[in-house]
Amino acid sequence: MRVRSKKQDVSEIDMTPMIDMVFNLIAFFMVLINFSQSEANDRVVLPKSVLVKPPEEALEFPIVLHIAPDGEIIVGGEGYTTETLRIALGRELAVIRADGKLPSDANIIIRAHKDTAAGDVQEVIRVAQEQQFERFALRAKEDRS
Amino acid sequence: MKIRNRNEGIKQEVNMTAMIDIVFLLLIFFVMTFKIAEVEGDFSVRMPLASQSSGVVDNTDLPIKLRLRADPQGQLAAIELNEVQLGTNFERLQSMVLGLVGGTAPGAAAGEGPEVEIDTDYNLRYEHVIDAISAVSGYKQGDQAVPLIERIKFAKPRR
Repeated sequence: MRVRSKKQDVSEIDMTPMIDMVFNLIAFFMVLINFSQSEANDRVVLPKSVLVKPPEEALEFPIVLHIAPDGEIIVGGEGYTTETLRIALGRELAVIRADGKLPSDANIIIRAHKDTAAGDVQEVIRVAQEQQFERFALRAKEDRS
Repeated sequence: MKIRNRNEGIKQEVNMTAMIDIVFLLLIFFVMTFKIAEVEGDFSVRMPLASQSSGVVDNTDLPIKLRLRADPQGQLAAIELNEVQLGTNFERLQSMVLGLVGGTAPGAAAGEGPEVEIDTDYNLRYEHVIDAISAVSGYKQGDQAVPLIERIKFAKPRR
């Protein structure tokens, strides 16, 4: 009996469609990835509001303050209390002044957790006011329900 | 002279294994880091230090006083607008604000018009403050947001 050479049976899988799909998926996720999300903090769950809309233009000199439920303030990944927040804001002020702007041009974005005590948020605003900041943005999630 | 058959001699398969390895790694990376971003927005509040504004002659009436009371758990216990008890209903608050400012607010330029001063208990949860700000700063009519009061400030924190 004649034995057929096995080599003849080896068939290559056509990988072209798979690679096409995989490249499409990569392109999709690359476009959607949002590095600015790094300004979000895992400990902060924003309150909801029906009225808020995403800002049409980026705020000038944004300084993002996260306020955790226990009242800890997180600026640039470091934790502060209302007493030490002055140091962090002072550092931001130096940058603003070096740019030839005034503290009243800067925007303090307050991302407070929904269960934070309102008084803690008020204290943060008071500290910022003492550093001559005037513009505040209270951030909330858009509520579409 | 013998001519080699070109097709047979040079035919060469590109080895795609390495590329597919890398591509899958990339895919896994992007899938893992993918996070559905929630739509966020701001309530813009302009609040200079109180001592500065008190020196300037106020061209509008006294601010509307909004008092938010909390129970020991930080939940909303009562809303008062200019000393009028409104229970815990933000819709009542909104209709009262609508009655107070009437149709003047929408026409007013940004930064003008009546001002509301929010005086809240220290332990009240922040989400109720945002609810109150939402109620006084406007309402939704279909897809359109109708502004009511755009100037908001906080009273001194109560300890």
